[in-house]
Amino acid sequence: MTVAAGPGEALRVARGSRPSRRVLIGAGAFAVAVGIWFAASATGLVSGGRFPTPADAWRAAQQIWSSPGYAGGTLWQHALQSSRLVLLGFAVAALTGVPVGLLMGASRRVDALIGPVFSLLRPIPPLAWIPLAILWLGLGDMAKIFLIWVAAFTPSVINTYSGVRNIDGTLVEAARVHGAGTRELMFGVLVPGALPMIFTGLRLSLQAAWTTLVAAELVGAFTGLGKVLSNAALDINPGMILFAMVWVGLLGAAMTRALEWLEGRALPWLK
Amino acid sequence: MAEVTRGTRHGRSKMALLSALGMIGFFVFWQLLSMSGWFPPKYLPGPVTVVQTMLALSHDKYSGATLWGHLMASLGRFGIGFLLAAAIGIPLGLLMGWYRWLDDIVSPFFEALRFVAPIAWVPFAGLWFGTGIGGPTLIIFSGAFPPCLINAYRGAKYVDKRLLEAARTLGASGPRIVAEVLLPASLPSILAGLRVSAGIGWQSLVGAELIVVGSGVGYMMVQGQLNVDTPIVMAGMVAIGLVGVVIDFILRSTELRIKKHWGR
Repeated sequence: MTVAAGPGEALRVARGSRPSRRVLIGAGAFAVAVGIWFAASATGLVSGGRFPTPADAWRAAQQIWSSPGYAGGTLWQHALQSSRLVLLGFAVAALTGVPVGLLMGASRRVDALIGPVFSLLRPIPPLAWIPLAILWLGLGDMAKIFLIWVAAFTPSVINTYSGVRNIDGTLVEAARVHGAGTRELMFGVLVPGALPMIFTGLRLSLQAAWTTLVAAELVGAFTGLGKVLSNAALDINPGMILFAMVWVGLLGAAMTRALEWLEGRALPWLK
Repeated sequence: MAEVTRGTRHGRSKMALLSALGMIGFFVFWQLLSMSGWFPPKYLPGPVTVVQTMLALSHDKYSGATLWGHLMASLGRFGIGFLLAAAIGIPLGLLMGWYRWLDDIVSPFFEALRFVAPIAWVPFAGLWFGTGIGGPTLIIFSGAFPPCLINAYRGAKYVDKRLLEAARTLGASGPRIVAEVLLPASLPSILAGLRVSAGIGWQSLVGAELIVVGSGVGYMMVQGQLNVDTPIVMAGMVAIGLVGVVIDFILRSTELRIKKHWGR
């Protein structure tokens, strides 16, 4: 069991604890935490300025909810902008990364040719590309999409590649013996065989895309949730910081859920 | 797998040749592109310029320190955040693996927080702990903590039940079981988690330095970007990549040595 958990992975493993008890204790702990938060704010133990009080968060929510909003837009405009960019960049990364991974997995020659260059560039974290992206493309959408592509491309390629490589060689030979051409081999054997790993890669890609976009928007953007965060930090508005963070988490969770739903549809035999 | 050339000596040397060709092709293409005049050289320096910049940076100061100075500042922050994440995450994960009530209390918070990207903590980190050491440490911590906890937890959960029963039968107390059964048994999982956590921590640090900090490699790159000094930016990227590889190498060799020592 030395398989390391990736970023943002769920904690749960199969276990016997009765769900009702778990939910009860979990909800209780949450309620206690929120209660402490309210009590600490009411008694002045936590004063606005550095740490958000419930009143701060409520005020921030009201302010950004309706026009003119905060940091150049309402919550919906910021959330829409961020999700649009993530989905766009993610789509570009998936559409380029998965084919490259398939090619590298299927052909030793392609692997030998581009594999080393790929491993050379891989250690550079996506966030380290931010200054270069700003220099090359400015603060607009193109720079963000480029960054998301850099971040999301790698997990797609690697997981697709190892998915293809882990396919039972006997299957490939059997298909060959029965006269499968390159195309049938690719779409009849390699792609379906690698599909579970491809989805793992896509999930990691999506998470990397979201993290990178938030970081890029924090460094510089015109709209987006990261822009809200950076504005709130400059204004020293802890309520708004908290509210924006909650939305960063909610959108990230929603996207992961959507992809898991898609995975369930595409791989019904794994359920 | 899909080709016939596998394994034969002829095939292998051909593959090595292809790899060399790919590498050389990449650098030649990059150099030629930068010399082609299609892009202003200010924005696209070639590999030669980047290497020269790195060599110059190793003794000339840029925005307050040499490349070594910036690297040391970054590594110091990284070390503190990473050690803190390991020191809290691993024991907590193991304890959660043994004490179910702790698991039930911590899990919901963990689940609620795991979708918040580490980098989204930047504003609070600056507000609460300042932009010197404390703030960046919180960001590295928030990136490096989850893999430490998850892997210790999973390692503890997958421990051979017979070992636990044996320890219990012999009358071992809860804390003793955690320290003497769960910890050694989950070591492989923990070590794997440490590598993941170091990778995410290093990457989060870079993000933090781009936004809030006044020293470090990330800061140097931001200064390079503001001065439209692309070679500096690229030199920073190469340095960050190299350090990441070195950190991973150190952790991997430690992992191998410990596994050998423990007879796995």
